[in-house]
Amino acid sequence: MWDSSMTALMVQGTIETLYMTLASTLLAYVIGLPMGILLVTSDSEGIVPMKVLNQVLNIVVNITRSIPFLILLIAVIPLTRLITGTTIGSTATVVPLVIAAAPFIARLVESSIKEVDYGIIEASLSMGSSPMQVVTKVMIPEAKPSLIIGAAIATTTILGYSAMAGIVGGGGLGDIAIRFGYYRYETGMMVITVVLLVLIVQLFQEVGMKIAQKQDRRK
Amino acid sequence: MTSQKPIIEIKDLGKTFRPKSGEVKALDGINLSINQGDIYGIIGMSGAGKSTLVRCINLLEKPTSGSVFIDGQDISKITEKELRTVRYSVGMIFQQFNLLMQRTAEKNILFPLEIAGVDKETAKKRTAELLELVGLPDKAKAYPAQLSGGQKQRIAIARALANNPKILLCDEATSALDPSTTNSILKLLKEINHKLGITIVIITHEMSVVEQICSHVAIIDKSRIAEDGEVEDIFRNPKTEIAKKMIFSEGDQGSVVMGKNTYRIVFDEKSSSDSVIAKMVLETKCLVNILHADMKNIDGFAFGQMVIQLPEDELSAARAVNYLRSHQITVEEVGTHVG
Repeated sequence: MWDSSMTALMVQGTIETLYMTLASTLLAYVIGLPMGILLVTSDSEGIVPMKVLNQVLNIVVNITRSIPFLILLIAVIPLTRLITGTTIGSTATVVPLVIAAAPFIARLVESSIKEVDYGIIEASLSMGSSPMQVVTKVMIPEAKPSLIIGAAIATTTILGYSAMAGIVGGGGLGDIAIRFGYYRYETGMMVITVVLLVLIVQLFQEVGMKIAQKQDRRK
Repeated sequence: MTSQKPIIEIKDLGKTFRPKSGEVKALDGINLSINQGDIYGIIGMSGAGKSTLVRCINLLEKPTSGSVFIDGQDISKITEKELRTVRYSVGMIFQQFNLLMQRTAEKNILFPLEIAGVDKETAKKRTAELLELVGLPDKAKAYPAQLSGGQKQRIAIARALANNPKILLCDEATSALDPSTTNSILKLLKEINHKLGITIVIITHEMSVVEQICSHVAIIDKSRIAEDGEVEDIFRNPKTEIAKKMIFSEGDQGSVVMGKNTYRIVFDEKSSSDSVIAKMVLETKCLVNILHADMKNIDGFAFGQMVIQLPEDELSAARAVNYLRSHQITVEEVGTHVG
């Protein structure tokens, strides 16, 4: 049953999974990071309280977070086609992944930033920092270890989501698992994809933790 | 050091917090004038509003009424951007130091210079100078977590001084430190005041801090200023209950047993060198019981206070009091509320 074409398939699947995960994480951070920061700064206790913006952000995040990924994946198909010109393959999967992951990341970022001692923010304000300087010079650098751990969690979660995209022909290891393991009852293939997925998750988690630990100057 | 030009003027300042459950008046009708070069203590019990007051001086808290003048400029009426520039010239240090944990000591001092847009070359030189000033040139590369409390506060002081401020605000700056570290930090603050002529405002709940370095003091109680003036005057002749309580209870809480006919007497420079009590006993034949005696050095002047108990016999007690009063010594009866 096993031959070189299988190996090629697995390698291809792994590459696709990594591509989907990393591209989606990156793009989701482009949206989620500023969202998370805005959630903190626009809060009524934040450095630039903006009630309406804060409420809108919270609602958007909560709604998106409450839609199960599998349903979101199908629901956004028209948008996916509009952006990528196709609805199958790993590039197409990036669209729903980003939509699902961005609000999740916003929450992760929000909680990391909130961990920064308000005293430090107050001190920087007392020195004449602008809100932008507080964000770039205090909030993000001070929350760095926590943000990195958050990024590791986000990456592994997105990896899990990407496997689900196999249902609609999303490419990657999840796709292989569904096509061979589920539709064709090839349990061996299923086991291999699962092992590969576990290894990738472990890798991301470990690397994330190591970097976070190295960056943490608080002890 | 003291010249008669107010660098900080607070006029009819009020601050009311409006949490969901009712209103909390933190400050009410505060008027204060702090001259250039002063070391001005603001003392009060916890919850009196002193931390809010100091935050109103650099507008970290926005007052609900009244105005704050820094160097003649009403900072409650300027734009956010102008306010940030004013803040470059008002340094602040905190009880919890509030250093950036992810930056080295050196980078912490560099922080306000980055904020103010000082060029790298100048900033680096300034940082080295400041580390020298606070006595920690060898800790440049250390992270705050590797420093002791006193060292952290020294770095925080260096950071607060980076942009050559005219004013340094200290919010309970020594409250998290042990007594000997407190002394060394106070010494450093005094040195900064003398050397650089920086006006220092010190918020504290410890009378000993005021005694050690302040030239002026305001006692804040229940959101209002109860009493203010030169430290020496307030110590010699506290007028309000709260002032008496704060000055008197310092250091002897619970140790003095108060009885009837208890008096507090205050010596100043002149009378403290005289053996007044001995002479009084000899001349009035009134036997005194010394309950508490204490000598302090306030702003370079010897200052003593003593709590004595006079005999139950009202006549001889009155004789003793009159004797002391005739020798220009402040005498006052102490109620049982003290101690």
